[in-house]
Amino acid sequence: MMKRRDFLRNTIPAGVVIPSLVGGFSFKAFSADSAIMQSLLLPVTETDHVFVIIQLNGGNDGLNMVVPIENFNNYVNARQNIYIPENRVLPLNGKAGLHPAMNGLHQLYKEGQLKVVQSVGYPQPSYSHFRATDIWMSASDSNKEVNTGWAGRYLNYEYPNYPNGYPNATMTDPLAIQIGSSTSLTLQGPAVSMGMSISNTSNFYNLINGIQDPAPATPAGKELTYIRTIASQTQQYATVIKDAALKTVQQVSYPTNNSLGDQLKIVARLIKGGLKTRIYMVNYGGFDTHSAQVNTTDTTSGSHAKLLQNVSDAIKAFQDDLKFLGVDDRVLGMTFSEFGRRIKSNGSMGTDHGSAAPLFVFGKSVMGGVLGETPIIPSNATVNDNLPFQYDFRSIYATVLSNWLCVNEADLQQIMLKNFQMLPLVNAGGCQKPINMSGELLISNYPNPFSGSTVISFKTDGGHTLVQIMDASGKVIANLTDKEYTAGTYSVVFESGLLPAGVYYARLQNMATQQVRAMIKVK
Amino acid sequence: MDRKSFLRAASSPKKEENLAIIAPPPNGGLGEYKGAWTENEVIHLLKRTMFGAKKADIDYFKTRTFLQSVDEILNPTVALPDPPVKEYITPTNTTNSDANIVQGAPWILDPNTDGTVNFLRRQSFKKWWMGVMVGQDRSILEKMTLFWHNHFATETNVISNAQFIYKHHLLLRSSALGNFKALTKAVTIDPAMLVYLNGEDNSNKAPDENYGRELQELFCCGKGPDSLYTEEDVRASAQVLTGWRNDALNISSKFVESRHDITNKKFSAFYSNTVIQGQTGPNGGEKELDAMLDMIFATQEVAKYLCRRIYRWFVYYDIDDVVESTIITPMADIFRANNYEVKPVLNALLKSEHFFDILAKGCQIKSPVDLVVGLVREFDVSFPPVSDYNSYYGFCNFLVSATANLQQSIGDPPDVSGWKAYYQAPQFYEIWITSDTLPKRNQFTDTMIQNGYTFSGKKMVIDAAAFILQLPNPGDPNKLIDDLLKIIYRIDISAASKTQLKVDILLGGQSSDYYWTDAWNTYLTNPGNTSNTNTVKNRLRDLFRYFMNLSEYQLA
Repeated sequence: MMKRRDFLRNTIPAGVVIPSLVGGFSFKAFSADSAIMQSLLLPVTETDHVFVIIQLNGGNDGLNMVVPIENFNNYVNARQNIYIPENRVLPLNGKAGLHPAMNGLHQLYKEGQLKVVQSVGYPQPSYSHFRATDIWMSASDSNKEVNTGWAGRYLNYEYPNYPNGYPNATMTDPLAIQIGSSTSLTLQGPAVSMGMSISNTSNFYNLINGIQDPAPATPAGKELTYIRTIASQTQQYATVIKDAALKTVQQVSYPTNNSLGDQLKIVARLIKGGLKTRIYMVNYGGFDTHSAQVNTTDTTSGSHAKLLQNVSDAIKAFQDDLKFLGVDDRVLGMTFSEFGRRIKSNGSMGTDHGSAAPLFVFGKSVMGGVLGETPIIPSNATVNDNLPFQYDFRSIYATVLSNWLCVNEADLQQIMLKNFQMLPLVNAGGCQKPINMSGELLISNYPNPFSGSTVISFKTDGGHTLVQIMDASGKVIANLTDKEYTAGTYSVVFESGLLPAGVYYARLQNMATQQVRAMIKVK
Repeated sequence: MDRKSFLRAASSPKKEENLAIIAPPPNGGLGEYKGAWTENEVIHLLKRTMFGAKKADIDYFKTRTFLQSVDEILNPTVALPDPPVKEYITPTNTTNSDANIVQGAPWILDPNTDGTVNFLRRQSFKKWWMGVMVGQDRSILEKMTLFWHNHFATETNVISNAQFIYKHHLLLRSSALGNFKALTKAVTIDPAMLVYLNGEDNSNKAPDENYGRELQELFCCGKGPDSLYTEEDVRASAQVLTGWRNDALNISSKFVESRHDITNKKFSAFYSNTVIQGQTGPNGGEKELDAMLDMIFATQEVAKYLCRRIYRWFVYYDIDDVVESTIITPMADIFRANNYEVKPVLNALLKSEHFFDILAKGCQIKSPVDLVVGLVREFDVSFPPVSDYNSYYGFCNFLVSATANLQQSIGDPPDVSGWKAYYQAPQFYEIWITSDTLPKRNQFTDTMIQNGYTFSGKKMVIDAAAFILQLPNPGDPNKLIDDLLKIIYRIDISAASKTQLKVDILLGGQSSDYYWTDAWNTYLTNPGNTSNTNTVKNRLRDLFRYFMNLSEYQLA
């Protein structure tokens, strides 16, 4: 029987109301002290940069969050029942101002730790929550299906052998952590999810406090408890998370009754606790404000104001905490929502689904200020009018990857699937590092990038073995081999023929084991 | 067989310490269940008597009465499956090639002594058996066939001869709901068993006690406090069993008079000091065997022992004094009164208030076969037809290796005692779940809901959207989760958890149920809308994966 540490799961469904931590894919990981692994452990120059993604679910009303002062009359005209009075907005650059509920973020702005990026979107926007969310998470064109997430592709580039041979001496921790029941598309890699999740904040505290969910006093409850006990023993990441959490003993106070703050408090705690995790993802819902987003008596109050205040208070407390913990140099964050809302408000004191909207990038290292022009609002906006985008959201990702997460210029296209404009959000500093080749390399190709053909080498434990080529959408293009092998290393040739240039994936399936290698075809 | 390792393991039970729950065993006696016959009871019956509760089977039995349903479960009508076929490629360097058999034709009638060919055929047999389980009819037959394999445990890698293995399997299968005493006799002189427990080496000149011992200790009398056979009984039974030899060419066994011990065999007080007269002649061996089985089956213990095994297979492992006296003893009485016919015993148990007691539900930890075959059946994973034998056996092979990976290799239990989960106190079923196997279980379910398994260009994967189409109201995310869990879980999760999973997974963080409903309805009316279809499928994938990763999924 294999030793317990030979196995790793990035899900932790142990003994709480619902699993405290769940993740993308459970897998077999090989012992970190196996010979092949030792040979693959290369020294890694660590960037200790962390990126925090805050998802605002529902489609945040950008026009009431960053109020256009320049076109104020047109704004009032379009939104007579919900507009924010000019004398109440918190001034930014004289052309726009923040919603009055966002004092905390305004403070960060004044300290140069907040970047407001105007009118972020993409061509041919989708107005469906699900589809628009998928577009934002996969970073695909709106008319293309991509079944991987942008951060998942980044992590797959950064840790190409994952999950085979993880965790290991050079990467002991989850690559990404999300708070929520399932890891989102953002963290989906070409084969497996690159992240794990903590289903909710109370389960996080149950985990670190060792609280078990009661099971019924029946034979079934007895067996359930037994299985949960074993489950908790197999969750190595639960241990590292717990250890990291326990290392952080003091934090600043966070706003109460603010679930985003609760989540960010955990993130700060884990960063300070020393996790090498690169990406954190948290979310905050309720932005689908079709009706009653403001109070009739005072449009600066109401449900949307409350949401914005919570976002603002939470991020401010988070920044204060990072500073208090001495890790604010290491952390950059951003907000996003799947879309903004319609320019013209509706008759129920709300707004319907729209397109481009502003977002925030925050942190000690950001180049503060407002990026972009104040959106132009038509003088007589109709229900059909939407804001055009000024910045493609993928430019923000690409800039973060390049200047904050230190992805080499040449590899950026493989992750982002095409080239995007760099934006002045954060200064690149101290970047350039080799890829983490720890773990067990099971499939690779040469040359890469390739133009015509490339040789794919793979290692099988014997038995039925499959090597297939998939495109960026996950569609299988070719099965290069699909038969019985004796254990060993083999190679097959992929003739790309007339396939267009772009990113392709070679997937190895050997019974229960799989690994996916990203390849890039150039003209 | 070397039994030393088994004995060692048996003497060092491991028990997790931190179990706070004191669970009483199920209530109720063997009297007929008079309660409601709802989906909940149907699913309980199906999960215990078949592999997984398939929606179509649930619906079917809901239209039958309780008694009709159990009767139908107990009376399979299916014919014997077509035999395994040659789906392997015979290597060119074999000493005894079976190249004469065309691909896709049965190999069972072709004798072969080559080790490689027999290895390939053993694999072929296991894949075939897996396929038969996946394609099971609406009856208890497959669970009982596996029950007998666990009871009369043999290992294919010891028997080696694939034809013997197949013949042995057919014996268990065809007798699965028949007479236990007759089956015991047939197994005793079955070629595979004669190899496995050295019966073919047992002669008057060199007695081999292996089978004689297991016949009493593992197959008939057990090791209960009232099983008082002696070492002398073991020796005497070995003498009775001398003279049986195998005939590989005819795939059968035969009695060789000259190797038989014709002295009188004296048994202990446990067997009422019976003396079995030594018999001569070509039927001498069989006459003595019959006499010995009459003697063994005359004890009270045989029926009790087998009823305990049946109870642990279908209900729960914990047999306390109350269960012993109110369930096991009356079951054993029925067994004896019916001359060891199995069906009346199962009939009494499966119709009992005890079997349907609330405390009897959900307390089995799925065996690996139950998990793997149950998943494929419950989610109706599409399988190529048997006629496409290459793909069919390829898929079966993956499932065989999955169960073996989880420590239940069909055809190759750990030893003659069968799988520990059914006898090793105090853990029993819990032995299936270790820090090694639990992650592998999750890995298997993850694979089946995510990438699936691709073989020969065909993919075996759970189609979650097709599955929920069978549910009454898949467009309502609350009902979808309720109805899904009703089938795949036996212990419900809290309403708060369901709400969170609904919002986090099905609604993608949105607060209105409408968004799932809308996406689902769009999927139904316009499946060609690929982005919406992907949305629906990815969310279902995440939901199913999540549920299969929870500990609750391991219970049946």
